[in-house]
Amino acid sequence: MPLSTADPLLRGFPFPFAEDRYRYSTNIEPARTPVFTPAGQWGGSVLDIDTEYQAELRERAAILAADPTRGAVLPHMRGAAWDTMLTLMRELAATAPDAIRLTREGDRWTWENRILGLRADFVYGDEATLPSEPLHYIASQVQEDIVLLDQRDGALYGDAGVVTFAADWSFGFDVGMSFLEIHGPVPRIRQERVIVRAHEFLKRLQPHQPYRRTNWTMTIGRRLDVSTERYYEWGPDRETIKHADDETFGRLVHLRVEVQHLIRLPESGAILFLIRTYLLPLEKLATVETWRRRAAAVLAELPADIADYKGIIKYKDRAASWLAARGEGAE
Amino acid sequence: MSQTLKLVVSGIDDSVTGIRSLTLSALDGGRLPPFVPGSHLVLDCGGRQNAYSLTSDGVDPFEYRISVLNVNGGTGGSAWVHQCLSVGDTTSALLPRSAFAPVARARKHLLVAGGIGITPIVSHLRAARTWRREVQVLYVHRENSPAHVDDVRELAGAAADIVTARADFRQRLGPLLAGQPLGTHLYTCGPAGLIHDVLAMAAGLGWPASRLHSERFGADVLDPGEPFDVVLGKTGTRLTVPSGTSLLEALERHGIAIPNLCRHGVCGECRIPVTGGVPLHRDLYLTDDEKQAGDALMCCVSRSNSPALEVPL
Repeated sequence: MPLSTADPLLRGFPFPFAEDRYRYSTNIEPARTPVFTPAGQWGGSVLDIDTEYQAELRERAAILAADPTRGAVLPHMRGAAWDTMLTLMRELAATAPDAIRLTREGDRWTWENRILGLRADFVYGDEATLPSEPLHYIASQVQEDIVLLDQRDGALYGDAGVVTFAADWSFGFDVGMSFLEIHGPVPRIRQERVIVRAHEFLKRLQPHQPYRRTNWTMTIGRRLDVSTERYYEWGPDRETIKHADDETFGRLVHLRVEVQHLIRLPESGAILFLIRTYLLPLEKLATVETWRRRAAAVLAELPADIADYKGIIKYKDRAASWLAARGEGAE
Repeated sequence: MSQTLKLVVSGIDDSVTGIRSLTLSALDGGRLPPFVPGSHLVLDCGGRQNAYSLTSDGVDPFEYRISVLNVNGGTGGSAWVHQCLSVGDTTSALLPRSAFAPVARARKHLLVAGGIGITPIVSHLRAARTWRREVQVLYVHRENSPAHVDDVRELAGAAADIVTARADFRQRLGPLLAGQPLGTHLYTCGPAGLIHDVLAMAAGLGWPASRLHSERFGADVLDPGEPFDVVLGKTGTRLTVPSGTSLLEALERHGIAIPNLCRHGVCGECRIPVTGGVPLHRDLYLTDDEKQAGDALMCCVSRSNSPALEVPL
């Protein structure tokens, strides 16, 4: 499949469907296990630097400048913010050792990110030695959204984070809420106990054993920021896409996949939740035959309550038939 | 799960009677995994696994330090540490595990320790200094065995009250527990009797359970379990699942592939039916009713209460 392997967005795309049917599950697995796909591979490292690195970080900076509520660090999360920064610096340096380096001499740490032309000499725990608060500083250098969960009294609380690419939720609204409150609106979870089990798992998660899962939805246009805050901008697309012609539909409708990492931070003990968002238009997805067939089957079978929660109920059937039709002699 | 660290004993300190403090380094001299204050290390002590609290600084460490009490008349891991280990010897350990962490939102941290129970408190104090957390310490030790007294004095200064008489400890404990500001969290570690007394007194004074934290030595270490047999219904083959090996691993070694993901008893993938024997459920997946029924188990963590289990595989 020469077309797909040449396209970097296809090559690293974490196609999420393992079978022709989708239900919520606690689909967690150990991190850093590479997954080989018909188009390439993904998942070999916790952080992924791809061809969108600089563009997505520019977008994050613009979103934060316009709306600072996309980031927050409650006062007791200061240590966890430092821990996150150091943890992600180590991961970045391991992912791109030629361009990114973290060194330490006594109390002085030196950070060099030559992709972004950044350098910092800092003392761990001393905010005055960094250009910005540590969580925001590292969030400006990873494509992943970040949520930090504090564990106390047998529960987890989303007490810090920088989230600019939320899929139909609001970090500013959720900050300070418990994990179970945040996930209250997910359908079927009471019967299927998915969230409760995930909560129990996270509470017992130990450092140095990162886990990951994928989640997915669909987005109209290559739009990373589909947060509740900007619903007025993107919400109407769900209706208007119905009237698009087939060519436009395939170009605009994207499968949106999140690769989420779950990490117990090694010094503060907080939970680091990373959300990396990948967007692939149906027209590109359809060039990989196994993906086209499977995505068509999943969307056709998807129950209405799940489709409704994912915000795709108005166009998921058309997406299914669009994908199915692509296999009928279109190529 | 079973990531193992290869360690070399780079220092031994026998200056406190009955307590041997070890400094452990990576075999290659490199960095060791960081750890949360209050974490313990499960150390291979000549074939036995013992858990010891880390007393060093957990941020980007180049060494781990633990202190081991010589249990009188003991034949286990502590005797091995005291009698068999020399500088330069190598051993192995599991990655540090956190089960006694400081609560980030605490307004103040009250640390109460008895004897060798001071060890996790020392790493709490190191982190408290880095993050300027307010602490107060009450530490009772035997006069002839002043473990980590210098560390506690250096790290906590005037906030440390160190006594050697049990009567002094009891006399101070009541006013100490009664006089804390709202939002204080209490951490206690030591002999079971001391922990019981401290927690009972705190509960009596109205401390909410969510603010009380205690650590009994090594209590949280994942129990390797008793060995048991598994009979494979299809062939009648009988396998032994040794202590420290999961049923899933035993089946895999026998060439039976079981779908699995988390290997933690959470995701539900590795559920297998049980046709004989009594499962010992240790997972978070099955409901209480399902566990009660005893006709299935999560083979990544669960074991057997009967000498053998029968599975239709």
